[in-house]
Amino acid sequence: MADNNSFPGENNTGHVWDDNLRELTNPPPRWWMLAFWASVIWWVVYGVLYPMWPVGHESNKGLIGWTQMDEYIKGVDEVEAIRAEFETQIKGMSAAEILVAPGLSQYAVASAKVLYGDNCAPCHGGGGQGGPGYPVLADDDWLYGGTIENIQQTITMGRKGIMTAHGKILSDTEIDSLSKAIEAGDPMSDPNFTQKGCIACHGMDGKGMAVLGSANLTDGIYRFAPAEGESLLDSIKHTIKYGVNDATEPKSREAVMPKFGERLSADDIKKLAVYVHKFGGGQ
Amino acid sequence: MSGNENTTAQQSVVDDLYAESVHWHLNTGEETIHAKRMGGYWRNIKWLSAAVWIIFFIGPYFQWGDRQAVLFDIPNRQFHILGITILPQDFWMLSLTLLFFALLLAVATALAGRVYCGFFCFQTVWTDVFTWLEDKLEGSPQKRRKLEKAPISFSKVRIKVTKHILWLVISIVTGISFVAWFYDVFDLWRDLFTLQASAVAYGTIALFTAGTYVLAGYMREQACFWLCPYARIQGVMIDKTTVVPTYDFHRGEPRGRIKKGQPEEERTTGDCVDCKQCIAVCPTGVDIRHGQQEGCIMCALCIDACDEVMVKIGRPKGLIRYESYEALEANKKPQPLYKRPRVWIYAAIMSAAVIGIAYGLTSLAPLELKVIHDRQPLFVLQSDGSIQNKYTLKILNKLTEDLSVKVSAQGLEGLIMVDEDQVTTARRGKVTARTVFLRVPKELLTAETSPVKFTVQGEYDGQLLKGSRDSVFIGPKR
Repeated sequence: MADNNSFPGENNTGHVWDDNLRELTNPPPRWWMLAFWASVIWWVVYGVLYPMWPVGHESNKGLIGWTQMDEYIKGVDEVEAIRAEFETQIKGMSAAEILVAPGLSQYAVASAKVLYGDNCAPCHGGGGQGGPGYPVLADDDWLYGGTIENIQQTITMGRKGIMTAHGKILSDTEIDSLSKAIEAGDPMSDPNFTQKGCIACHGMDGKGMAVLGSANLTDGIYRFAPAEGESLLDSIKHTIKYGVNDATEPKSREAVMPKFGERLSADDIKKLAVYVHKFGGGQ
Repeated sequence: MSGNENTTAQQSVVDDLYAESVHWHLNTGEETIHAKRMGGYWRNIKWLSAAVWIIFFIGPYFQWGDRQAVLFDIPNRQFHILGITILPQDFWMLSLTLLFFALLLAVATALAGRVYCGFFCFQTVWTDVFTWLEDKLEGSPQKRRKLEKAPISFSKVRIKVTKHILWLVISIVTGISFVAWFYDVFDLWRDLFTLQASAVAYGTIALFTAGTYVLAGYMREQACFWLCPYARIQGVMIDKTTVVPTYDFHRGEPRGRIKKGQPEEERTTGDCVDCKQCIAVCPTGVDIRHGQQEGCIMCALCIDACDEVMVKIGRPKGLIRYESYEALEANKKPQPLYKRPRVWIYAAIMSAAVIGIAYGLTSLAPLELKVIHDRQPLFVLQSDGSIQNKYTLKILNKLTEDLSVKVSAQGLEGLIMVDEDQVTTARRGKVTARTVFLRVPKELLTAETSPVKFTVQGEYDGQLLKGSRDSVFIGPKR
């Protein structure tokens, strides 16, 4: 940098490099300054109108009293207003009526999608495909019946399956023989089925009873799918031997559906029942 | 008539021009360009080509049946063009249309330079109209400059206010006309005046008004210089064979003013008399004699100006003319169009686009079907031993009326559709969704994935309409 300014009288800062390279004090363009001051004014006005300045752990309120929470509540109210038309109808209708009302059942499905995802999907899968130890909702094999009322009741009251552990009652050969007959889809072919009292719950035809929640043993659909690496036969044996929800047997199968009547409103349950019914297996 | 008398007559003509020429200089951006307006062949062409924009203003008022002939109905996602209604699903045709016009721009540029800029561009056309008004109200460029510098007075305010009001009226009508392509035009006028139009409509009109007013009134050629990307793109598409307004420097140089009393035979200068009329009329204020340059929008107005001078002083016309660099520089004969690969390539792409659009327009199916196979679960075993798959069908009905349709599926042995007889109402101009279950007995399935074909059909006006879509049926692993 040269100490003596070789360009006297020019609007430079006196900083000169390489003989003639120098820093001038030209003002920024007018439009730039206008935009700059407009931004500053904008910033000040914004700071007055909106919450912007920290005051303790909070911020100033802002002249127009805007808050993010109000905005959110307003948004929710708008959505609720749109839903209200359907929700009032749903209030006065049974789940079965909703199911057959075209516009309303569509609304119920759209609305219940979230409810299903929050409350049901963890066990039954996003599309009702079930999961290890949890029943499939998309098929037409229902333990407790597949009408819309049945489904509504199941959701509201919950379910708890029960089957005595038969390991103490039946011999290993009997269990083996029964299991093979069940795997073949024809439990009645084994005389044990009648003699050892299986029919008491699973019925004379082995097709189960919806009132008891006993499984249909003839259709190849299993309430308890085999664990990984386990054969279907072993899985059937396990169920017979250790039962379901048998408190005396630590290896017993667990099959509990919690009550949702306390967690969800009656209307939400109606919508959920419609949603589940429409998975493809509703009766 | 002797040679001497002749040159005297010429002299008096150019004297005026020389007196005027001190006012003309190059446009470097810090001053408003006040171009001189004069008539001529290219001036007339420019008016004719600019008249294309009349369609922009009156187009929305044409009716087709009971609706606007061309209406881009964005809220309803329907695009009406004469008898055709295009839904967003057919929007791929828009890309072909854009391709066509992009290539048209390219081919025009390759052949004759910035034809778009000079004759059709809304920026130059609106600027032309704005400056025409200015010329009518404020007078010639010299008067306009004088008026700019003049102290404020009643007549100055009156002229300026009139001008700005007229500019604003044009700008507002431009804005409204634009919106009218997207909004029923008669409703628009009514809603505008009853203050019932949407905020988007007002906003768009405001933006277009401001844009037109600022761009055509103030920015003018500066928009071409610094804002417009086309200007740059078009510039690089020009090659040596492109015919553009060119100054014939062989003929013109060395340029020199006509000397008083010098007989024509003793003239040592070229044909250019350096009257600067070409700069005077240039709407962007460039000097064509510097050769091709980015500021030149190729409006050919300098050709008119130069020809007029040449006629006045008795020299041949065409000192500035449409000519290719090749022809001028190398004195080569221009290559015929069909021998230029560019022409063929551009023409091929344009034809492809046109064929695509034609195909699209002729094969617009009124019913369209989309099939989404449910993935959670992929399939379900039913208690009767069949495998069930769930599908969501999206039935698009492009008709103007609701249509009752039936869905069917084919392609697999033992295939059953649950509720096959169910009739679905496909809503007009909308997509209607329907869930469908297909069942196939497990033992009949031969593969994990098998093809199925869905068909939707309905009757309209005694005509059977059909749409179909291929999908898959998924079963357990084999």
